[in-house]
Amino acid sequence: MCLAIPARIEELIVPCNAIVDLGGVRKEISLALVEDVVVGDYVIVHVGYALQKLDQEEALRTLELFAEMGALAELRAELGESAT
Amino acid sequence: MKYVDEFRDGELAKNIVSNIAREVDPKSVYRLMEFCGGHTHAISRYGLVDLLPANVRMIHGPGCPVCVLPVGRIDQAIRLAREQGVILCTYADTLRVPASNNLSLMRARAQGSDVRMVYSTQDVLKIAREHPDREVVFLAIGFETTTPPTAVAVKQAAFEDLKNFSILCDHVLTPAAMHAILKVSGGVALDGFVGPAHVSTIIGSKPYEPFAEDYGKPVVIAGFEPLDVMQAILMLIRQINAGRAVVENEFIRAVTREGNLKAQELVAEVFELRDTFEWRGLGSVPDSALKLRSKFAPFDAELKFNVEYVAVPDNKACECATILRGQKRPQECKIFGTVCTPENPVGSCMVSSEGACAAHYGYGRFREVA
Ligand code: SF4
Repeated sequence: MCLAIPARIEELIVPCNAIVDLGGVRKEISLALVEDVVVGDYVIVHVGYALQKLDQEEALRTLELFAEMGALAELRAELGESAT
Repeated sequence: MKYVDEFRDGELAKNIVSNIAREVDPKSVYRLMEFCGGHTHAISRYGLVDLLPANVRMIHGPGCPVCVLPVGRIDQAIRLAREQGVILCTYADTLRVPASNNLSLMRARAQGSDVRMVYSTQDVLKIAREHPDREVVFLAIGFETTTPPTAVAVKQAAFEDLKNFSILCDHVLTPAAMHAILKVSGGVALDGFVGPAHVSTIIGSKPYEPFAEDYGKPVVIAGFEPLDVMQAILMLIRQINAGRAVVENEFIRAVTREGNLKAQELVAEVFELRDTFEWRGLGSVPDSALKLRSKFAPFDAELKFNVEYVAVPDNKACECATILRGQKRPQECKIFGTVCTPENPVGSCMVSSEGACAAHYGYGRFREVA
């Protein structure tokens, strides 16, 4: 039940609900716990509530972090060089 | 799915794995506890343990909310449903947790009690509005992620003057459990923590600072996806190699130092600390759980129905307690996978896919024989 997923806000519903797209399924969630959410934002959804906004720039930065150093790429390059 | 698939990318995974392999010190042992049940699940499901060097050991912590609830708490809810005829609502995982007398909420339902599974606290309010002639009780469990939704529902019930709605409050606190783990007698040898994902979206990274500063244990908060967990493990290895102990945040896309202040304010308005709360595995832990503030007493099912909590010992064969303390692994339980299976759980750790035993049963159990 801990599982929570990022979902895109598709539509705002007054007073404080929203329709999100959860992997193709449209679902109504509550925005009672977050502020300043607009259509197009991504939020972390858990037990029917948005817990927090997802910072899309930071998400990209984290993906870059995963690729950092590129130890594997380096290794491949070394192996490639030694093979030639 | 965006923000999910990229964080499961195989090529990037190989890169992190090779970084880990290159950076571990073969002479050291890295004992890392993942606190959150979601991480336990991800580690098992994606076979992350198989990708780690042998001297990097993952220890499951007490972060699965249904696992840490003692039997007596489920008994209390069952008594309410059976003896007082209330409509008892709770999240899905709670239904199958074994209770006393061979019961569970699911079995109580099969015997005629009105037990309902809900997805959200909004569903409970809806049921209460639809049944003004019945008492509707929400068995509110979980860590800091499920507490704010309960707070919202209580405030809404107060606003609407919903007199037939109340909660059995079993909300518990992550940092208190981490303290308890570090103080376990006999000790759990630990070199660092993978900090929880969604709990941290609410409480922020700040509450973990004492673990780094006072106990000298590095903490890296990690997102839920497998690459998040691998990267956090790499970040922990780096800290340990450098002899550092600080709080770092891998889940920067959703966690800030301060956390979700709006949610924190709501929780503080509705709840206050319980002096003590009994956890499965950790025993009674001071200041580790919440109860409703007196202002919201009419919504407190414990007061409204006079159902006291009675402590009950766990099944003798079950090792959940030692597993939750990080001292044993699921496969060390004598009845793991034989008498105790996800279809017929004996202990709470076999119920939810986030429980250490169920996660190991589902994904890891063939590894040893292979
Ligand atoms: S296998 Fe079952 S009985 Fe054994 S520790 Fe796990 S949950 Fe408890």
